[in-house]
Order: sequence, then C-alpha cells, then structure tokens
Amino acid sequence: MTLIDFANPSRFLSFTDRVLAWLAAATLLAFAFGFSQVIAAPDDYQQGATVKIMFIHVPAAWLGIFAWGLMSVAALGTLVWRHPLADVAAKAAAPIGAAFTLICLITGSLWGRPMWGTYWVWDARLTSVLVLFLMYLGVIALWRTIDDPTRAARAAAVLTLVGAINLPIIKFSVDWWNTLHQPASVLRLGGPTIHPALLVPLILMAVAFMLLFLTLHLAAMRNEIMRRRLRTLQMLQARAAAGH
Amino acid sequence: MTALAALFVRDMRLAVRVGGGALIGVLFFLIVVTLTPFALGPDLALLARVGPAILWLGALLASLLALDRLIAMDHEDGSLDLILTARVPLELAVAAKALAHWLTTGLPLVVAAPLLGFLLNLEPKATGAVALTLLAGTPALTFIGLIGAALTVALRRGGLLLAVLVLPLTVPVLIFGVAASNAAIVGPVPFATPFAILCALTLMSLVVGPFAAAAALRHGLE
Repeated sequence: MTLIDFANPSRFLSFTDRVLAWLAAATLLAFAFGFSQVIAAPDDYQQGATVKIMFIHVPAAWLGIFAWGLMSVAALGTLVWRHPLADVAAKAAAPIGAAFTLICLITGSLWGRPMWGTYWVWDARLTSVLVLFLMYLGVIALWRTIDDPTRAARAAAVLTLVGAINLPIIKFSVDWWNTLHQPASVLRLGGPTIHPALLVPLILMAVAFMLLFLTLHLAAMRNEIMRRRLRTLQMLQARAAAGH
Repeated sequence: MTALAALFVRDMRLAVRVGGGALIGVLFFLIVVTLTPFALGPDLALLARVGPAILWLGALLASLLALDRLIAMDHEDGSLDLILTARVPLELAVAAKALAHWLTTGLPLVVAAPLLGFLLNLEPKATGAVALTLLAGTPALTFIGLIGAALTVALRRGGLLLAVLVLPLTVPVLIFGVAASNAAIVGPVPFATPFAILCALTLMSLVVGPFAAAAALRHGLE
C-alpha cells in the first residue's frame, strides 16, 4: 500500500466530516417524528399493543437484507474495479447488517412470545433470517482471520457474492421446507394489506432506520480508513526501527 | 487436457495412498450414525422415521472433514503455485481437483449409506432413496465446500472457519436431500419434485463452485 492510495480516501474523509453531523441530526429528528407517529398509531384489533414491535422489526429486517445487497455491490467494486473505498464500505457494512438482522430476530421472538406462545418457532421467515445472520457472522469471521486488509477484502468479496447468489435459493428452500413440514403454524400478519394508519408510521420508521444505517455506515467507513492509516503508520515505524 | 488428467490422477493417487482419507470419512460417517441411537434412544420406529435425516447429516459432516486438505495441501508443498501459473484454466483445474475429491470422499459415503440404513431400521425402498439422493447431492456439498477451501487456503486455523463459512450455504441441499428421501417413504409430494430441485442445486454448484474458488485463489494469493 502506497501513500497515493490515500488520495481518494482523504477526499472521502473530508466529505464525511462535513456530512456526518447533519446526517446524525436528521436521523435523530426522523426517529423522534417516527416514534411520535408510532405512539399515535392505533393498536391492532387482534395483536393489541404488540403490533408496535413491528415498527422496529420490519425496518430492521429490510435493512438486514439491504446491507447484504450493499456489500454485494461493494464486492463487485472490489473485484472488478479495485476501487479503494469499496472494500472499506463492504467491511463497514457487515457488522451493521448483522446488528440489524439480530435486532430483527430478537424483536421477532419478543413478538412471537405473546402471539405464538413461544419465543421461537421454525417459521420460514424466521429461519431464513437466522441463516442470513449466520452468513453475516461468517463474513465477519473471514474479515477478522486474514490480517492483510486487501487480501481479506477479496476473500470476503468472493464469499459475499456467493452468498448473494445463495440467499434467494436458501429463502426459497426454507419456504418449501416449512410448508412441507408444518403448514398449519405459519402465522402471518392478519389481512392481506396493512391499514394506512399503520403503514404511514411504518414507512416513517423505515426512513429513520435508513438514515441511521447511512450515519453508522459512513462513521464505520471513516473509522476503518483511520484504522488502516494507523496500521500503515505502525508498519512504517516498525520498518524504520528495523533499519531498512 | 492431458495436464488436467494428470492433475486428476495425481489427486486420486494422493487421496487413495496417503493416510487412507476415503476410509476415514466413511469411518466418521459410521461413528456419527452409531452415536445417534445413544442420543435418541433405541426405539426402532423413531430411528426409521428420522433415519434419512441422520444419514444426510452424517454425510454432510463427513464430507466437510477432508475439505480443508483439498487445496491447503497443494499450497503447503508449492504445487498450487504451479497450478496457478499453468496454462490450464484455473477453473477447470480446481474442478478436476474437486471431482477427484468427491470420488474419493463423497462416493464412498454414498456406497456406505445403504449399509448404515440397516442400522437405522430403514426399509429397502427408503435406503435406496437415501442413497440416490446422496449420490445426487454430495457433489453439491463438495463443490460448495471447494469455495470454502479456496477462501481459507492460506489460513493457519482454516478448518473451523471453513465449516462456519460452508455450512449455511449447504442448507438448500440438506433440505431437498432429506425432503426427497422422505417423499419416497411417506409422501405426500412425489419423489421427483424435490429430487429434480436437488439435481438442479448440484448442477448450479458445479458451475458456481469452480468459478468462485478460482476467483478466491487468484485474488487471495497474489
């Protein structure tokens, strides 16, 4: 890694310097407004107040999937264009995506306790989200096992793309498996469409979550660039100390 | 073509001669199947019902066993560098390696499965169905595992990470393998439906596996 590689990241850093504070403020505002709408939203006639868990659960699930999509695009950027920021973006997105997926799983099982009478059922959606979570952990483990960031980036990029091909197949197989084994237990949100009184707060929360994701992602990318600079500086220092 | 054949023959020889790798996989399979009744109890009716699932899980774990040696051994003795710089496309070279690996570790599992079916009180028809699904499904396990083997080739503690990376990707193969076996025994869907999907999964992994593994090797080792 030479210093010239930092030319682009430097511009990126000054960009995040200007944008991050505004984004964080926008996220706070969006959450404040979103939560006020969620509180004002009526309870579901069947689910009662527990329906409010959905306003966190559903956007978290969307972002959990979105983050893998973002990582896949970044993986293409790493493998095809060798863009210096692509692997930073992919690495920063993985833990955030995993966190949103975990939030989705936890809120889902909290919702399932009063609704299904148990914290966990092998429902098709829950199961495929669990597999997604495991794949996130696998990618993070791969990032952490290889010390050299560029090599780690390429290995993780290949794995991410293979995962992107496999995730729809896994989703399809799990759906098939579930309907084959226990067709009666598949409980869905009642009714084919969501009432606008619930849909509007849901979309507001989705926007707030999206802003939160952007803020966290930019901040994590910034940290990752700093971390790499530190690593390079430490290696330069070590080389100087060794007398080369 | 001759280079590919030579590579294939070399891998077959190594697998057969050094350490009896194929038989160790079968032995592991036998032990997993033997352990299951200790965990579940000796109820023959129960064993017959969960038998296909046990056989599939055992085969899945056994096919993982030798995967970390699939490419790592070539990396250690330097022959991987020769393969990388050779004129043979890397995709075909790793595919030949994976094929040799399947013939020496996957195929023995398929052959052993009917024997283990007796231990689990499976009907002859069920045993046949499990063996057939294993025959169609284990190549997918090897070729998905090939990706993991290529990703973790240069790592010191690659073995465990390989399992963590590969196992989530094998979920569809496991689902349709067991589903096809069960469909042959109890229905309600016809055997052909899940079996056709299992074959499709295998064909897809035959394509995706070598390309992804070759990409991982090219990018990972430069």
